[in-house]
Amino acid sequence: MPRKTIQPSNKIEYLSILDVDGNVDAALDPKLDPAELHTVFRGMLLARRLDERLLRLQRQGRIGTFGPGMGQEAASLGPAVAMKKNDWFVPSFREGAAMLWRGWPIEKIILWWGGNEFGAATPEGQNDLPICVPVSSQCLHATGIAWGCKYKKDPSVTVCFVGDGGTSEGDFHEALNFACSHTLPAVFVIQNNHWAISLPREMQSKSATLAQKCIAYGCDGIQVDGNDILAMIVASRDALAKARSGGGPTLIEAVTYRLAMHTTADDPKKYRTEEEVACWLPRDPLIRFEKYMRAKHGLDDAGMKQLEEEVAAEIQAAVARAEAYQSDPMDSFHHTFAEMPASLAAQSREFEEYMAELKADAAAAAQPAAERQMAES
Amino acid sequence: MAKLTMVQALNLALREALTDDPDVIVFGQDVGKDEGVFRVTEGLYRDFGAERVVDMPVAESCIAGCAVGLAVRGLRPVAEMQFSGFGYHAFHQIENHISRFRTRTRSRFSMPIVIRMPFAAGIRAIEHHSESREAIYAHLPGLKMVIPSGPRNARALLRSAILDPDPIIFYEPKSVYRAFKEEVPDEPEEMPIGKAHVARVGKDLTLISYGAMMRPTLEAAEQLADEHQIEAEVVDLLTISPMDTETICGSVQKTGRAVIVHEAPRNCGPAAEVAARLAENSIEYLEAPIKRVTGYDVIMPFFANEKYFIPDARRVVKAAKEVLDF
Ligand SMILES: Cc1ncc(C[n+]2csc(CCOP(=O)(O)OP(=O)(O)O)c2C)c(N)n1
Ligand SMILES: [Mg+2]
Repeated sequence: MPRKTIQPSNKIEYLSILDVDGNVDAALDPKLDPAELHTVFRGMLLARRLDERLLRLQRQGRIGTFGPGMGQEAASLGPAVAMKKNDWFVPSFREGAAMLWRGWPIEKIILWWGGNEFGAATPEGQNDLPICVPVSSQCLHATGIAWGCKYKKDPSVTVCFVGDGGTSEGDFHEALNFACSHTLPAVFVIQNNHWAISLPREMQSKSATLAQKCIAYGCDGIQVDGNDILAMIVASRDALAKARSGGGPTLIEAVTYRLAMHTTADDPKKYRTEEEVACWLPRDPLIRFEKYMRAKHGLDDAGMKQLEEEVAAEIQAAVARAEAYQSDPMDSFHHTFAEMPASLAAQSREFEEYMAELKADAAAAAQPAAERQMAES
Repeated sequence: MAKLTMVQALNLALREALTDDPDVIVFGQDVGKDEGVFRVTEGLYRDFGAERVVDMPVAESCIAGCAVGLAVRGLRPVAEMQFSGFGYHAFHQIENHISRFRTRTRSRFSMPIVIRMPFAAGIRAIEHHSESREAIYAHLPGLKMVIPSGPRNARALLRSAILDPDPIIFYEPKSVYRAFKEEVPDEPEEMPIGKAHVARVGKDLTLISYGAMMRPTLEAAEQLADEHQIEAEVVDLLTISPMDTETICGSVQKTGRAVIVHEAPRNCGPAAEVAARLAENSIEYLEAPIKRVTGYDVIMPFFANEKYFIPDARRVVKAAKEVLDF
């Protein structure tokens, strides 16, 4: 009855394929189709430019508080690229790049941050959940969807995103624990961007890696250079294939960095140094990807210029559509239940009356001005 | 006397509590180095250190559950939920332990815990950041539910809440955080928990409200006076539970008419409790049916439309006139 080591090797692998200079590890190169690579690059560029535009819209007061995903585009996009259309996508709130890839119209993303429920209405035909704000709660939804897929013998795999901070919530643990014990077809991607608002990754958990949490749950886990689009695609493909063939969940820790503020309501200078940010700037996933595309796949200045113009035009058109969108405040009453209870119907009439009064008052306030103008002319 | 915003006044109360009692500790997400997402804990980490102003992980159940243990060990935990919308993760600890530890241990252990939570709409925040769910907490026996309406009462009530031997949910109306400044005395001030305040004296009807809704309610009272020669008495509940029946009924027995205003949904909201107490204790004084001006029984919409769903002076005036014309 000795005291002995019973788990000698809890190895956690780290995967990186594309280095900061855009050089590819030949042995690990997934040799993706150049046309697909081009689309993926465009997708990453679109995500970055949209974030930049949303930041400007926020400053101009045209949308509300916004949480940019800058610097994390590869970690977000890689799993999305590896997914099939019918797979289920369960995002947190920083997954703009993946949402765009999954087919969310840009204006919906703008509208979500602009305070409109229409931005949370998943387009028909997409197996996607909307942006999720309560940290980590989505992990259990992913486990439930994966359970449902297994039950219905649907070959779809569910891919869930969560932040490093999110791993501290009970929901994260419960989701992985159950998904693993029932060998559910799910992939959990931790976006370890090193910060949960002001709390650094080291204070979130004493685990040397977040990937190693897989050992306790009994599934595979891998730490990936989250700013390396190729590594993210490869790790996600492997995990999706494993889940699809009945092998159960994988935990992917994408090591990345939140280059911008937590949200526009936050001032990161209060808790992190400029030097730390500066050290991550050269590891920017977009810069690295561009270098690689230029070196290996014929991207040149003219091609880049064309892409930038296309992306800018696409965003501009979407901003116009988003700002032209007219929401109906009455919708809140219609979408509370399938059938409106009598007491709520009474409240909705009260509300309608109130809105009519506001409108009449606004018209009355506008009238004297118009009359004045008439008199002057 | 200094003129402070509610954020500054709350900060002052926390500072006073940390200074006065070494057993007070303040903890929550981003309350330390970042000084709180609303800056309520500004300067506290710097002045009292990381052992007394503690940054917590993104785990609300951890915050509330640890508060139980800290209280058992003799500390006075002052916890923060970053937004009330995320306090539900902690609800299990609040309902199953914080509210009942005294009862189940027959007072061997008490829970002198304050859980601060910014709540309600009006600051164009994203989804889940704008709800008013005070009724949920007010419904729990063994738990007190306090909601200040301005800088001065916020500071005094928070001090009293921290000194209180029992657990208190301290709901902070975040649209009031920086809305206006008020004179706050230099010396620490207390206000009794469980006591409402008559914010305006009148004889024609009673308007009862609390938190951020005190502003449209008082605005309505001014309009009623200016435009209709109606003198409304305005009662600020301040504590939702235990509710101050005496002050509410005292006022309505004088005026004979009542309108209750809150941002929370109507169904089983605090206004229902106020109305029930009036019906039980003062029905013979009522000259008209009681009216409620509240949020609707819908999920608070995203911010583009939220303003239509927050009661305003117009709705209060309308209800007041209906009650008076009855
Ligand atoms: C349950 C819950 N608690 C608190 C918050 C407030 N909050 C929003 S984001 C955040 C930090 C999340 O950190 P992480 O999971 O690392 O995601 P990141 O913001 O870095 O993408 C917090 C505390 C929330 N949205 N949900
Ligand atoms: Mg993070």
